[in-house]
Amino acid sequence: MSKISSFRVNLLSKNGLKSKVLFKNIKNNRLSKFIKPSSRVISRQRRQFDNFMKVLIFLSFIIVSIPLVSIIYIVVANGLTQITPYFLTHTMKGVMGGFSPFGGILHALVGTILITLGAMVISIPIGILTAIYLVEYAKGNKLSSIVNTLVDIMSGVPSIVAGLFAYSLFALFFGPTAVFGISGSLALSVLMIPTIIRSTQEMLNLVPNQLREASYGLGVSKFRTIIKVVLPTAFSGIVTGVLLSIARVIGETAPLLLTAGSIDSLNLNLFSGRMMSLPVYIYNEYSQGLAVCTNNIFGADCLSDIRMQRAWSAALVLFIFIIILNLVGTTIKKRILKKRGK
Amino acid sequence: MSKIGIFNWHRLFKTDKFYLLVCASSLFVLIILFAITVFLLFSAMPALESSQTGLLGISWYKSSEANNILDFCLPLVFSTILSSLLALVIALPVSIGVALFITFYAPPKLAAIASWVIDILASIPSIVYGLWGIFVLCPFLNVFTGNLISSPPRVLFTLSIVLAVMIIPIITSIIRDIYTGTPHLDIEAAYGLGATKWEMIRLSVLPYGAQGAMSAAMLGLGRALGETMAVLIILSPGRSYSFNIFGVSSHQTIAGNIAAQFPEANSLGVSLLTVTGLVLFIITFLVNWAAKKIAKSGVANV
Repeated sequence: MSKISSFRVNLLSKNGLKSKVLFKNIKNNRLSKFIKPSSRVISRQRRQFDNFMKVLIFLSFIIVSIPLVSIIYIVVANGLTQITPYFLTHTMKGVMGGFSPFGGILHALVGTILITLGAMVISIPIGILTAIYLVEYAKGNKLSSIVNTLVDIMSGVPSIVAGLFAYSLFALFFGPTAVFGISGSLALSVLMIPTIIRSTQEMLNLVPNQLREASYGLGVSKFRTIIKVVLPTAFSGIVTGVLLSIARVIGETAPLLLTAGSIDSLNLNLFSGRMMSLPVYIYNEYSQGLAVCTNNIFGADCLSDIRMQRAWSAALVLFIFIIILNLVGTTIKKRILKKRGK
Repeated sequence: MSKIGIFNWHRLFKTDKFYLLVCASSLFVLIILFAITVFLLFSAMPALESSQTGLLGISWYKSSEANNILDFCLPLVFSTILSSLLALVIALPVSIGVALFITFYAPPKLAAIASWVIDILASIPSIVYGLWGIFVLCPFLNVFTGNLISSPPRVLFTLSIVLAVMIIPIITSIIRDIYTGTPHLDIEAAYGLGATKWEMIRLSVLPYGAQGAMSAAMLGLGRALGETMAVLIILSPGRSYSFNIFGVSSHQTIAGNIAAQFPEANSLGVSLLTVTGLVLFIITFLVNWAAKKIAKSGVANV
């Protein structure tokens, strides 16, 4: 009895997380089993409709699983053919048509990492500081509500528009041929900033207020409280948010197609020249279609579908990146939610 | 005295450097959005100011046989909205189903798996969805449609299915969060009246989550509108106001058009593409804004 009333009290609080955790408890306690009516009371028609909806709802889960299973299958099955140390350590420089040597993704791998690092450098400080402002300094004031709305709008900016923005910004200063890695970083950071702000906000809100109050009570300034108490407490959560936001942008193709372009050789400089990235590499290989192998004057090995093989293998590498980022991120997040929920 | 306008001026200038820093960074968010608008407008200017004869110098503008910029944009807008709405129509029922599955039907372990499926689906890059669409979905659909429509069926219908798969995770995760928050009193009350499980859901869960579901749907729509790579790979482009979703070469979306024409566009061409990008920005802005409004007016906050 007391348990149930405590549920009620807590469900009234606006803390969504708390009610979620409690709801799980209710489910686990199988309280709902006791409050279900016995099946004899229900007419056949109603029971049949109930079962019908149950089947539909189970079916919707199966429908959603089908694309996932088939995507994972096709990426892994096709991607494994080309993944070799050679493929990971060579660029496409000097690769001709479908002839051996078949080339690799080193330049795209390095490009993706550099462009993402650039985006992180831009967006992590802005994202975290803005979240600190919104949670610690400006709860409910005018600027915070404006910024909150803007963050929502920003998270809805289509990736291609972000790409156009970065391109036109750099084109204005460096002319229409301004295609740099850093331009791609800027486009990605437009997509990253709102996700980082939102996740950091969530994690800062999870920090118990008692900690802050205890710190103030000792006469510690607000700045030191945030740096020494709030941020360390929320640290792993913030890292999670950053990881998940990277996972979100690392596969973005359209903005990089516009801003960083594509190139066959390795480019280590974010600030000059085109820079290949994994998603653009995949699209590039796909869009070139089959290679011609009939006129084999080189006498070398030739595979007509080598481009598609490379595309799938690059997709597999990208996929592995994303899955690792996601797994690490969600595991940490789950652990935190569990710890804070209890 | 200390609080005038939106800033805490006293704090800003007298005491706290850190306050200055965090203020500046949140202002930066404001500046970025402002900059997006300004730079897009700036880059769009040449095309907006250019005459019809000037625009005819762009090969793909000429071949589109448009009379002016508006005439050029509208079919793109039409196809963009049509494909996204169709995707939403496919995605919304499935998303609601999966959300209900996770919150009310699945045993805890299966619910965890379902959540995982949704998370992974959300993080698959759009380029992979595009490849999946053309290499798996197209041949699959071809089995049913045969020669009735083109083979492979690179049509709006196929695209909408792929877009639906892409937005299902977004919609589902929002709706799931709202459904888990359904007041337990409502659920108990419905059961107390003798409702079956589905009747309980219809009586308490669905009404409670209606506004949230609407808002989630709008957010999903916003995502579908801006999708590029899947469009670029799957759709065979065309220009028309046709509702024939199985028609070949009769649709092209704004984002797909930008990505397709950008690499070969001259500076005026880029400018014209920016105009269409600006239109897309405005549409997604309106959709997301509506999502926010709906969420705010409802019980549940997204």
